[in-house]
Amino acid sequence: MNKEDVIICRCEDVTLKQLHDCFEEGYTTFEEVKRILRIGMGPCQANTCSLLVQKEIAQFTKQPLNKVDTHVIRPLITGVPLGSLAKEAKDES
Amino acid sequence: MKADIVIIGGGISGVSIAYNLAKQGMKNIVVFDDNYMTGGATGRCGAGVRQQWGTKMNCLMAKKSIEFFEQAQEELNYHRDIEFKQKGYLIVAVTQEEEQKFKENITLQNALGIPSRFLTQDEALDIVPHLNKDAFLSATYCPTDGHLNPFLMTDAYYHAAKKLGVTFHYYEKVIDIVVENQQIKEVITDKRRVKTHKVVNAAGGYAKEVGELAGVDIPVYSENHQILVTEPIEPMQDPMVISFAHNIYCQQVPHGAFIMGRSPNNPQHNHDMSSSWQFLEEMAKTATTLLPALADLRVIRQWGGSYNCSPDRQPIISESNLPGFYLACGFSGHGFMFAPMTGLLLSEIILNKPTTIDIKDLHVNRFENMEKTEYETSVV
Repeated sequence: MNKEDVIICRCEDVTLKQLHDCFEEGYTTFEEVKRILRIGMGPCQANTCSLLVQKEIAQFTKQPLNKVDTHVIRPLITGVPLGSLAKEAKDES
Repeated sequence: MKADIVIIGGGISGVSIAYNLAKQGMKNIVVFDDNYMTGGATGRCGAGVRQQWGTKMNCLMAKKSIEFFEQAQEELNYHRDIEFKQKGYLIVAVTQEEEQKFKENITLQNALGIPSRFLTQDEALDIVPHLNKDAFLSATYCPTDGHLNPFLMTDAYYHAAKKLGVTFHYYEKVIDIVVENQQIKEVITDKRRVKTHKVVNAAGGYAKEVGELAGVDIPVYSENHQILVTEPIEPMQDPMVISFAHNIYCQQVPHGAFIMGRSPNNPQHNHDMSSSWQFLEEMAKTATTLLPALADLRVIRQWGGSYNCSPDRQPIISESNLPGFYLACGFSGHGFMFAPMTGLLLSEIILNKPTTIDIKDLHVNRFENMEKTEYETSVV
């Protein structure tokens, strides 16, 4: 398996190779690799890659999966257009 | 463990100070941060870098910092792209008073060598065609302002400082500073004790609390400012667009996403970093009023972070009344863009060298006589 051909975060086109390089530099938490590589910052907000990244972290740091911190979940749950938010806000006021 | 100097805070200011000290030959520099790199204000900032300010000190700090960013990739020899783009900041004037104030700002900025200029409404629309012409009168524009990736810029400094021998301890919290007879003796963390006589407070949102550990009162406070980001799209907006009257800053980053933020309506002084639906609604209304073409863009994430504010909205860069206790705080939302100068100037103070620019106006003692200080009004 060529690590450069494996996409681990499909929103931001991050490869498994980039993730492993980041681990080698000493960044071994989701929050760190998110900030260096933009993993989990795309439209799916880590809904797709979270578990995949956690498994890789667990393997690299030789920890059980349940010891690997999950990413911080921020609003929104799903993408909402600015125009819809503005319209709803105006209708209420 | 012993250190020649301990830096508390490994955000952009801390790594820049560490790098500048090491570059000038200082050894045994240790940096502590209680979180991951950029877990504080740096990683939560709006990623813009601008030179269009209303006070001389802010203009000078910003101008010389931009000069560093222009060659940072080479100087720091960083293996990733720091994503520096210079596509300008466009600040719209909404009222006659704002227009008048902005013209005065431009006179100040030009006198200091900053290439900003006044734009009529038509000229502004040439640069950002999707601005709502009913929502502003005119604008000022500086083409060399821009954007930079806060995470990667911090990482670039971190790597360069490490190569010069600086030791970093992230996830390690400083819990006490031992001071005897007005001299720093020791820094105590949750993992070790470090003998040292010099400490830098670059703790961002927690600068006041870190000052208290050393018995130094710093007139700063933190307040929550929020930001949101949209899905990425093809490039359509070159400059950062700011309006103080509408209360918005909004830019499209090189990656394609739009980042936008605004000041809270009723700012509280605390460490709240939460996200609110009120912000989301106000931000959406403002953005779609000033930049109606953004209405179809999906918001994918929002977050909060701390502005560490000083009474005059200018940074505090100086030694404190406790010898050996140095301050780099109170950036009031602009610590990221000033960081190259913060690092250079504070390292010069620490090493007893003449400073690159005269910074007596950034000394913490300026607040003892508030009439002397200039208040920065160009803040979102």
